[in-house]
Amino acid sequence: MNTTIPLHRRLTNIVMLSLTGLFTLLTLGILFFILGYITYHGITALDRDFFTKLPKPVGEAGGGMANAILGTIKLLALASLIGIPIGFFGGVYLSEYGKETTIGFLVRFAADLLNGFPSIVMGIFAYILIVLPMKHFSTLAGGFALGIMMIPIALRSTEEFLTLVPASIREAALALGLPEWKMVTFVVIPTAFRGIMTGVMLNIARVAGETAPLLFTAFSNRFWSKGLLEPTASLPVMIYTYAIAPYEDWHRQAWAAGMVLLMLVLVANLIARLVLHRRFFQPGAS
Amino acid sequence: MSKPIFEISQLHAWFGEVHVLKGISLSVAPREVTALIGPSGCGKSTFIRCLNRLHEVIPGARVAGEIRLDGGPIYGPGIDPAVIRRRVGMVFQKPNPFPTMSVYDNVAAGLRLNGMRKRNVLDERVERALKQAALWDEVKDALHKSGMSLSGGQQQRLCIARALAVDPEVLLLDEPTSALDPIATGRIEELLRELRESYTIVIVTHNMQQAARISDKTGFFLLGELVEFDITSKMFTNPKDSRTEDYITGRFG
Repeated sequence: MNTTIPLHRRLTNIVMLSLTGLFTLLTLGILFFILGYITYHGITALDRDFFTKLPKPVGEAGGGMANAILGTIKLLALASLIGIPIGFFGGVYLSEYGKETTIGFLVRFAADLLNGFPSIVMGIFAYILIVLPMKHFSTLAGGFALGIMMIPIALRSTEEFLTLVPASIREAALALGLPEWKMVTFVVIPTAFRGIMTGVMLNIARVAGETAPLLFTAFSNRFWSKGLLEPTASLPVMIYTYAIAPYEDWHRQAWAAGMVLLMLVLVANLIARLVLHRRFFQPGAS
Repeated sequence: MSKPIFEISQLHAWFGEVHVLKGISLSVAPREVTALIGPSGCGKSTFIRCLNRLHEVIPGARVAGEIRLDGGPIYGPGIDPAVIRRRVGMVFQKPNPFPTMSVYDNVAAGLRLNGMRKRNVLDERVERALKQAALWDEVKDALHKSGMSLSGGQQQRLCIARALAVDPEVLLLDEPTSALDPIATGRIEELLRELRESYTIVIVTHNMQQAARISDKTGFFLLGELVEFDITSKMFTNPKDSRTEDYITGRFG
């Protein structure tokens, strides 16, 4: 028996392997190039002042973006508070109770449409609904715009991860004599929890960089913003403003702001993973 | 003969338009092992899933006919399926421990989620159930490890312990050893012989030797009908129906 692999199969193997490897490298390469480029330009402006001081007036060197960092954190927290619960409970409904119903179909369809909306339209929506009646820009309006943007992904990812919980696990719970709501609350949701949290983190990371909806809503501010009813600075809007300004110094600070925004998302991700790891990842679990 | 624990008469079941059980009537005696055999798709799994009202959770599934548990109907308006399922426990074909729970929490799940909070009661019931399932010695030092870290055979015994912890009257087993190797299968069979002392057991199996080894009575299902139901030794030595004989002698199926 001839056991050698024919030449054309070996060649195909080499070509395909190289291609998959090449494209993996390309993807990673782009990622690291961006990270490196941002770090290279931003690192010089990134000192303690950047995290603790307010922006300096035009023409003065130095200063920081403490207000924008806090503003972004506040905006994201408010957006999460609005978007995640609505999306989560909606997702539970779709997966557990609205599988084949007309209303389920409509909600799913609406969510997918909402997901495709240009983000600037969300800004206008929040502008009309909150900014106009209140007659001023605010963290509230910005958080609302971002929160609405989070709903479709929170909804669909929660639904997807709950649907992935196998029927055998659900039946095991029912067979113990648990009512359906307890099965969902104490067995199905915990089983899907890590996936749902991953969806939440990606969702936050996605809206963290949104600029357009904030221009109409949170606007910006060169000072501290108290509470939720004043305009607030945010990192994406600061990057936009500083990047198009004619000052060399501002450009460096814009790079630094980009770096901090990336770090914020990264740290939030790490914290979520650590907490989940402790809570839901017992030793020996696969 | 003692009063039957399950009396099933004229049971029909459907998946959508497909009629999978066509008028099954039989009685299950208490503290006996009743085995159900038959080729794939003959309705034996559907049959036991009707006994704990689990058939109806599949979209489009329907049941008609009468099932009495200890004299009382289990289908009817105002009857909570959850209450029936607490009285009729079930073990499935593939071991399905709750993946986020430890060994202890898996066994305690039924009690805890039905409202039992007392730690000492839980401890005692978990230990008893694990001992009944012949798993205690292997896991007593690893109660807080994930249930998923056990081997397949251990996981299946964990599922048996989980079902026993809520103290059911009847234990249904749906091909509980078909995913296990012969050694793990032997342990489960041994276990069923012990559990027979205190529980009524209904087991679906593909393995005719298994039915012959462990059951008191055997029912043979074919195409949604109960062809024959008799004392196991009679059924395997002197079946009344020629189709039963053909099946157990391996002429088809």
